[in-house]
Amino acid sequence: MDIFSKILSPVLALAFISAPLAAQDSAIDLKGDVMLEQKVVDDEGAETVKLVEPNTIVPGDRLVFGTDYANSGTEAVENFVVTNPLPAAVRLATDAPADLQVSVDGGSNWGTLSELSVNDDDGASRPAAHEDVTHVRWTLARVEVGESGRLEYPAVIR
Amino acid sequence: MTYVFPPIFRGTATAIAVSLCAYAPFANAGGVSAGTLIENTASASYDNGSETITVPSNTVSVKVDELLDVTLTSLDPGPISTAPGSEVLTFEVTNTGNGPEAFTLTANPAVAGNDFDTTVDGVAIDTNGNGTYDPGVDEILTGPETTPELGVDEAVTVFVLVTVPNTVTDGDTSDVDLLAEAVTGTGAPGTVFARQGTDNSDAIVGSTGADANAIGSLIIGLTEVDLTKSASVLDPFGGTGIVPGATITYTIVAQVSGTGSVADLVVTDAAPADTTYVAGTLTLDGSSLTDAADADEGEADATGISVDLGTVAGGTSHSITFDVTID
Repeated sequence: MDIFSKILSPVLALAFISAPLAAQDSAIDLKGDVMLEQKVVDDEGAETVKLVEPNTIVPGDRLVFGTDYANSGTEAVENFVVTNPLPAAVRLATDAPADLQVSVDGGSNWGTLSELSVNDDDGASRPAAHEDVTHVRWTLARVEVGESGRLEYPAVIR
Repeated sequence: MTYVFPPIFRGTATAIAVSLCAYAPFANAGGVSAGTLIENTASASYDNGSETITVPSNTVSVKVDELLDVTLTSLDPGPISTAPGSEVLTFEVTNTGNGPEAFTLTANPAVAGNDFDTTVDGVAIDTNGNGTYDPGVDEILTGPETTPELGVDEAVTVFVLVTVPNTVTDGDTSDVDLLAEAVTGTGAPGTVFARQGTDNSDAIVGSTGADANAIGSLIIGLTEVDLTKSASVLDPFGGTGIVPGATITYTIVAQVSGTGSVADLVVTDAAPADTTYVAGTLTLDGSSLTDAADADEGEADATGISVDLGTVAGGTSHSITFDVTID
């Protein structure tokens, strides 16, 4: 099973931030975006979720942070690791993939959430929860020339 | 309710302490403060065959909008027992949104089911924060009555000043409905007021509809005091002749009726002309009282008696007796 959420598609037209990429001469292009999940109820009362631009966001809203990557260089790259610190104002959504690699200590130690624990106020250890997650990351052994994909995680505004 | 961020970073690298500080703005019930920027940046590292290269993504940034929410509760422990005249109802307004907001207050004295309606004289803020309305100290709001801007999770006590009409009868009840509405606007949850939130963010109506109301209740407790005085005579000869040397025993019954209570009820009586109070004969409900002005309820001297009954509840009575001799 993949340890990352990967969508093999061109850069989504939805991406609304068009800041220049920081490393133009790199073989790898990374492009981040954020979308808001919005529940839409149709005439029959059926509920669907669609992604919209986050024009109005408040605590409790669900956001999807995405990173599109592409190998635009002339050589394949290996040990491709994308690390994403969670913004402090959000927590990882509880329906994030259970096998997502996360850290609850600022990126020092990694594992799936169920493998990690944190210390409470009184020093007692307890299993880590989604709101404890500080970083997420994805690891790809190899990205071929011309290969692109998308990595994303769902989060809820605290 | 306060959000407490788990101290998951305790005892780890010093760099992590910075992250802890970043969580401080979110320690409130309404969630992340309006105007907070959520910035996300990923980075990638990879081997290109000869070295490890790290590249960052662009940073995406979104601003948290202002959630408009409010709660309002009556701070009165129950219906206030009152009588015609001025009365004060006490409420608490709490900003449960995630940004500073002021709230307009509207007191409606005409609630369905009322036995009578009060007149609203004004709405006041508990300026000195002591929970009690202090005339001349606590600011009476001018129309439109609006609270000061309340911070996130901030609460303020407000007083609704009413007048109870003279037409009421004992046991009548009346409700006053106070409504608090966010100044920015109210409506169905999800209603958006573009760019009217904190830091030019949007304001969006939260689950409370950005308004709240609460009921303050009054119940009329009217009381009446009836005093009934009677006398019996015992002459020196064992008869009932009203002659010098005869003793008159007076009995005064104070009957309090109604559902309220009376405060500071003092019964006084003068010894009639040509009579003298008999020292040590004052009693209250069958128990002797000393003549001296001391801790007990009564005091007496040659000219008459006084009994301080204090607060007396409706539906109770007290009996006072004393003797005089005919001079």
